[in-house]
Amino acid sequence: MESKLGLDFKKVEKARGYARAIAADVQSFVEQYTTVAVERTLCRLMGIDGVDANGVPLPNVIVDTLKDKGVLGDGALFFIANAMIDTGKTPQEIAELVADNKLDITRVVTRDQSHIMAALQPVIDESLQRIRTRRERREHYLQTIGEGPKPYLYIIVATGNIYEDVVQAQAGARQGADIIAVIRTTGQSLLDYVPYGATTEGFGGTFATQENFRIMRKALDEVGEEVGRYIRLCNYCSGLCMPEIAIMGAFEGLDVMLNDALYGILFRDINMQRTLIDQYMSRIINGFAGVIINTGEDNYLTTADAVEAAHTVLASDLINEQLALAAGLPEEQMGLGHAFEMDPKLENGFLMELAQAQMLREIFPKAPLKYMPPTKFMTGNIFRGHIQDALFNMIGIWTSQGLQLLGMPTEAIHTPFMSDRYLSIENARYIFNNMRSIGEEMEFKEGGICRRRAAEVLDNATNLLEQMVKEGLFTALEKGIFADVKRPKNGGKGLDGVTLKGENYLNPFVELMKGKH
Amino acid sequence: MSEGLYSMEAKNYDKTLDLTKIKPYGDTMNDGKMQLSFTLPVPCGPEAVEAAKQLLKQMGLENPLVVYYKELTPGFTFFNCYGSCQHTVNYASIYVPKVESNVMSMPETDQFIREHIGRKIVIVGASTGTDAHTVGIDAIMNMKGYAGHYGLERYDMIEAYNLGSQVPNEEFIAKGKELHADALIISQTVTQKDVHIHNLTNFIELMEAEGLRDKMICCCGGARITHELAQELGFDAGFGMNTYADDVASFVVDQMVKRGIH
Repeated sequence: MESKLGLDFKKVEKARGYARAIAADVQSFVEQYTTVAVERTLCRLMGIDGVDANGVPLPNVIVDTLKDKGVLGDGALFFIANAMIDTGKTPQEIAELVADNKLDITRVVTRDQSHIMAALQPVIDESLQRIRTRRERREHYLQTIGEGPKPYLYIIVATGNIYEDVVQAQAGARQGADIIAVIRTTGQSLLDYVPYGATTEGFGGTFATQENFRIMRKALDEVGEEVGRYIRLCNYCSGLCMPEIAIMGAFEGLDVMLNDALYGILFRDINMQRTLIDQYMSRIINGFAGVIINTGEDNYLTTADAVEAAHTVLASDLINEQLALAAGLPEEQMGLGHAFEMDPKLENGFLMELAQAQMLREIFPKAPLKYMPPTKFMTGNIFRGHIQDALFNMIGIWTSQGLQLLGMPTEAIHTPFMSDRYLSIENARYIFNNMRSIGEEMEFKEGGICRRRAAEVLDNATNLLEQMVKEGLFTALEKGIFADVKRPKNGGKGLDGVTLKGENYLNPFVELMKGKH
Repeated sequence: MSEGLYSMEAKNYDKTLDLTKIKPYGDTMNDGKMQLSFTLPVPCGPEAVEAAKQLLKQMGLENPLVVYYKELTPGFTFFNCYGSCQHTVNYASIYVPKVESNVMSMPETDQFIREHIGRKIVIVGASTGTDAHTVGIDAIMNMKGYAGHYGLERYDMIEAYNLGSQVPNEEFIAKGKELHADALIISQTVTQKDVHIHNLTNFIELMEAEGLRDKMICCCGGARITHELAQELGFDAGFGMNTYADDVASFVVDQMVKRGIH
């Protein structure tokens, strides 16, 4: 490919090679461990759902039992399979018995691998088929009613009440939105379980639950058929329940999931070992389910400076890419993140931003890049804010971004009103239509500001990655390389849910899902 | 188009400024002009426009003008409107409590601490409760600061500890005790359903229960926090929009000296 910015692709390959080495180092660690979240995910893949008399989700009941008895390292599937053979019951029935204290699954007769696999196989096949059917349903919609042009217009709803969210989401779709993200309630990322059922209370967002996913999916299918355009649904595989939310999304037809390898570590102080193990399983599921993942590099620039730290965004995108590839997630599903966070007072800030966005486009040609709007320098001056969003939209169309997360003029004031979304969608559609082919028409002057800026960011990212290869990702995070945030390897939340895999451990879904796209 | 372009309204009102009776200003003193935008939960049509006008009149806006309207989704219509406000406010009688301290620069504050306190002071900050946002506390505390104002971590004479977000108040206070904090500062970004009020109230109650309230300076901040609100809730000061690390640091050192906490 010819670079419009005169990028040195040999250098890009060098940087990518470093990122590959960093990811491989992480991967060799990750594969030795499992977590409570991964094991609960496997329970869900066994068809276990619902809550006990105290409202505790049944996957938690099973996994907490194993953890309390110190046998989590053998994995949930080992015990469930043995209990299935022993009792002749389904995994759901077994989970209910465990919840009622009528069965101790750690004390059933254990069988050899071949018997265990034979018992699991029908349930595995059923679960995989359930996900495949969902994927085919999306593909059928895309072939019949189609979709909006890229960049997809991505808006959020965040009322706290799933039924009110439906009203907001359908209104947004009618106004032209292509993706609806249901923002999660404050604090959900730190819950070590996924709440159950439809919910109507939340702060700054709505609980992610399987029932809420189902309600919103149905509403978007309805409005999609009405407007003649498939409407994608987005939620968040982040926090302490990454892979569990991935599997719920896969079952219920979600299309986009926030799923960053590092975000929880940096911004929610979740233990780095826990997050890196969890992200692997959740990305395997998202890859298999055809879900586009979004990474969270944009957040770095909310704490670090957009000019000084631009290279950390590229470096992190490259690491996220390699970790996603290791999980079998194809490039076409990688919504790698970046953001428009230049200080509006900066001379030629637009040009630097344009250079960075174009640079990412060229370095990740197949990825549906996720481009985040200004937030840090949104002030409450809604009128200037609307113009900042317009500049952001110009870069989005100019550099062919994949997912344009629309900025709201009322950013920094409140979660969006219905009218805020209307104004933002109108802004984006006006600019996207009016400037549709600007990227094909315009060239970047040789030796000009944009070319120089892109080369500088690439250089700095390459140097940073080279240094990180020597130290490893864990040390880099301890040193605060990303977002100016420092996190200790054994600090943060959720480390007690990490355990080494034992000799009986099995998780056949890893290979099955990675192999069958 | 032509009739909307120039205002032909007679301007037969008193055009002198009277601070005991102020009203909004468009382009002529006392014209009362205001702009509003809002959505009504009704379908688009002449009835919707009339409803918007009646609403403006009830709000005390004369000559209500609906300049733009659009149905956002069936049953919801958005309006942009103008009108002339009839209400007035007595500006001359207004009193607003403010943070009373002279704002010093970073080097001045450091020097003030050296001279009047003679040791490094300890400030512990966090976004407490369920609030997951670090943007506010980072703006005040991070080395880099915000909008050209260096954060507390950069002050030579301040030991600043930023505990991040979603810190329970109990844990925050315990950490403050452990670090021998002179001041505790809390940032609150999420204000939906008044969650910040409940959290800040809870913090002060815990401080009082622990007998620490008078031993440490307590401040809170955030885009929706005012000094008045903070004082009502039992804090020493509240820092709202357009306040930075310098404001917080100056207030804390000034209070420490005034109250003899050192």
